[in-house]
Amino acid sequence: MDIELRNIHKRFGAIHANNDINVKFSHGRIVGILGENGAGKSTLMKILSGFQPADEGEILIDNDIIDYTGPTAAIANGIGMLQQDPLDVGAFTVLENFIYGGVEGITLKRAEAAARLKDLSRRFGFELDPFQPIDNLLIAQRQQLEIIRLLALGVETLILDEPTTGISADQKDILFDALRRLAHDEGLVVLLVSHKLEDVIDLCDEVVVLRNGVMVGEMDMPVSDDNLTSAVIAETKQQLVTMMFGEVLEAQQRPQYEIGAPVLITEELVVHDQRLDMQPITLTAQSGEVIGLAGLGGSGQELFMRACARLQRIDSGALSFDGQSSLKSSYRQLFRRGCVFGAAGRLEEGLIAGLTLTEHSALVSDDKLQIDWKSVEKQTASRIDRYRIKGRNSDTIEQLSGGNQQRVLIGLLPDDPKLLILEQPTRGLDVDSARWIWTQLLERCQRGAAIIFNSSDLEELVTYSDRIFVFYAGQNHEVPDVNQTTIDELGHMIGGDFNN
Amino acid sequence: MKSPRALAVQIGFLLLPIVISLAVAAALVIAVGRDPLEVVDALWKGAFKDSRKLGGVFNFWIPLTLVSIGLVVTFRAGLWNIGVEGQMMMGALFASWGAQYLPLGESLSPLLNLILIALSAVGGMFWAFVVGLLKIRLGVNEIFGGVALNALVNVISIYLISGPWQPRIGGSAQGTEPFPTPALLPEFSSRFPTNLFMIALVIAAFIIVLILLNATRWGLNLKAVGRNMRSALLLGVATERTSMSAFLVCGALAGIAGSYRVLFTFDNLRPLASGGIGFLGLLVVLLLSIRLLWVPLIAFAFSAILTGSTRLQIALKLDSSLAGVLQGMLVLFVILFHGVQEVFFPGTLADEEIEDPHPPAPSPTGREREVGTVELTKSDNSPLPRSGGGGLGVGA
Repeated sequence: MDIELRNIHKRFGAIHANNDINVKFSHGRIVGILGENGAGKSTLMKILSGFQPADEGEILIDNDIIDYTGPTAAIANGIGMLQQDPLDVGAFTVLENFIYGGVEGITLKRAEAAARLKDLSRRFGFELDPFQPIDNLLIAQRQQLEIIRLLALGVETLILDEPTTGISADQKDILFDALRRLAHDEGLVVLLVSHKLEDVIDLCDEVVVLRNGVMVGEMDMPVSDDNLTSAVIAETKQQLVTMMFGEVLEAQQRPQYEIGAPVLITEELVVHDQRLDMQPITLTAQSGEVIGLAGLGGSGQELFMRACARLQRIDSGALSFDGQSSLKSSYRQLFRRGCVFGAAGRLEEGLIAGLTLTEHSALVSDDKLQIDWKSVEKQTASRIDRYRIKGRNSDTIEQLSGGNQQRVLIGLLPDDPKLLILEQPTRGLDVDSARWIWTQLLERCQRGAAIIFNSSDLEELVTYSDRIFVFYAGQNHEVPDVNQTTIDELGHMIGGDFNN
Repeated sequence: MKSPRALAVQIGFLLLPIVISLAVAAALVIAVGRDPLEVVDALWKGAFKDSRKLGGVFNFWIPLTLVSIGLVVTFRAGLWNIGVEGQMMMGALFASWGAQYLPLGESLSPLLNLILIALSAVGGMFWAFVVGLLKIRLGVNEIFGGVALNALVNVISIYLISGPWQPRIGGSAQGTEPFPTPALLPEFSSRFPTNLFMIALVIAAFIIVLILLNATRWGLNLKAVGRNMRSALLLGVATERTSMSAFLVCGALAGIAGSYRVLFTFDNLRPLASGGIGFLGLLVVLLLSIRLLWVPLIAFAFSAILTGSTRLQIALKLDSSLAGVLQGMLVLFVILFHGVQEVFFPGTLADEEIEDPHPPAPSPTGREREVGTVELTKSDNSPLPRSGGGGLGVGA
């Protein structure tokens, strides 16, 4: 099938998220959709996949104007989207999830569906046990399931939103192979929304680039066979960045400063949850130091970080923060002494939906019973200015885009913390925003903060960490020489391959 | 600025549930062969015929407004303080103890009144503290804790009435002996039988809580904790202390409401002296989507209907619980229409700067908020279950 989008407009209040987008996607092609945060690429993909209607414009499938609303209707028209967080039901088994989107008739025909599931998984080299509960699956497997579920529903256009986040190098290879076969052998349209330019260059045949809601360019990618040398990759990357941002980004420099006294020390720290029993962890974070935790989601790094912030029960071992044992402290006690935890889910943990930016400022301003609203309004305005937040004092936090929410969250951090424990500080942000966030964080390091962070972006880990610990199924290993470690090596380590 | 259309939708959704519940009530009355206008007339006369009746309305209004103000505070903190009824009762018990054992004479009656009111506040706070402690330290959901403590305080009161505090002559489970006059709150006059000091106290409590909620850090902390406990914790709010303070404030106000029941309405301690007013307060607050500003007015309307309904029985031989039916339907329809408006007319909801449209639903496991030592589990802030409180048994 071929798809054409004509004169697509979409406005959210004052923001023109999609401004007269005209683009064609042809069968058998893998197309990357690029742009910085808020450029309008998610909006466009949501319009195409039926999650929201366009204000104006037409969608043509094989030269016919098609009008549909809702994802189900989009799937019926052959267009399916794989969300960043797969939309599956945790308590269901793989097979049940496979069935529930596409039931026709009353009976479920389990045996037939199971055979179909096996057949499809085998074709793409996916390993899916039909009877595993979804909760036990890795993100990569949930993605695989969602792909074959959409294929079974007859989808001919597959949209993927940041599919390589939180999966290992091997899993990425399997995914990319499958996508190549779908497009090049079976003639599907594959649309890839991603911030990871290496992935885009590796996988895509062509890209379209959006900036501020406008389509600013299209470009063919170098053929991804043998002639993909690192020089070609670097050059293509530079061209893409120029298109996305309208300027050439300088490589980010770490400021030089002294590493200071230990801030956080764990000795033989043991934690567990229902799914994971962790090996003891011994680690020291010094003032000014950035420690990166690598690992697939759920490998134990999140548990460890929460334990350090006293948000997770500690079974045994020692933990001290700023020279005092903090086994008996609460998070709030540590917080008052300069330890701040930043969670990955912004609106779930971190910001409070329904509260305005001013109210968020007031929450962290001081402890006095009387709130001096005038001065809080001023503080908020200067935060908005300093952190380049697109929003107003009186906006509630959920009215802001994800990237701006992240900026608010960083803006609310104290200026001189001793320790920042951050879950995925730049999740879902474009290169420019992510760099900007890191500039803010490194400034705090320079003033003496230690940072412990985790990320599913291996480049981020390699770029910013002084030391890296890799977590795999509850085990942890320190990467011996961070400066010599490549992203590829790290990608294998998070898959459990430490001897490489 | 709202568009005219949005304004029309908003007003429509304000009036429609009232009209519908009146219509259903009228249909009920017609079904039993009576004229709805007769009922309205009886209700009106029962509440406003003369200043004596009006005094009766205020005697409901005082405790009802107090508990409703308290419940706005707990709801703001995301807590379903079902235990409010028991907190009223515990306040009544503490006041009853003082009324019987503090030997202050007629001349010191105003002082004794103040002491008893303070005692009742302590009693209500004590019972609310237990709910809070169960919730915060042990993760027992405040609804379950509240229901259990409601039952417990009733058992205690019946034990006291039929045991240590039973009347010397003709002891039964009906109630204690009337308290000595100095302990009782005086009537303003027999023409207007209510207590002016308590009315002033209610108004003062209303103004103070209004200011605390909207202009202070405490109010902001409550809102933050109520909307997202985990985020509030990470932003540095003392979440446990904030939740507990909400319980304590509500408990104190409920306790004072309880004291009014025994020191004015009944003049002695009776089983179930709280009379379901705490539960009725939940309805008032749900009806208003936790807007404090309108609490005194709606509480007044509820009190008038309740007081008026006693006349239904006398004048029309209709069961006075018809008033309860009307109130229950009103709350149901208001909540129902709020939901309808939200789904079909988003963006037309009233400006909501001083309220939360949805108190978060209680989590049945109550596990979501053990912080400090226990893992934070992820749970959504799902909107409130769209039904009113449980069975109403509001009696005089």
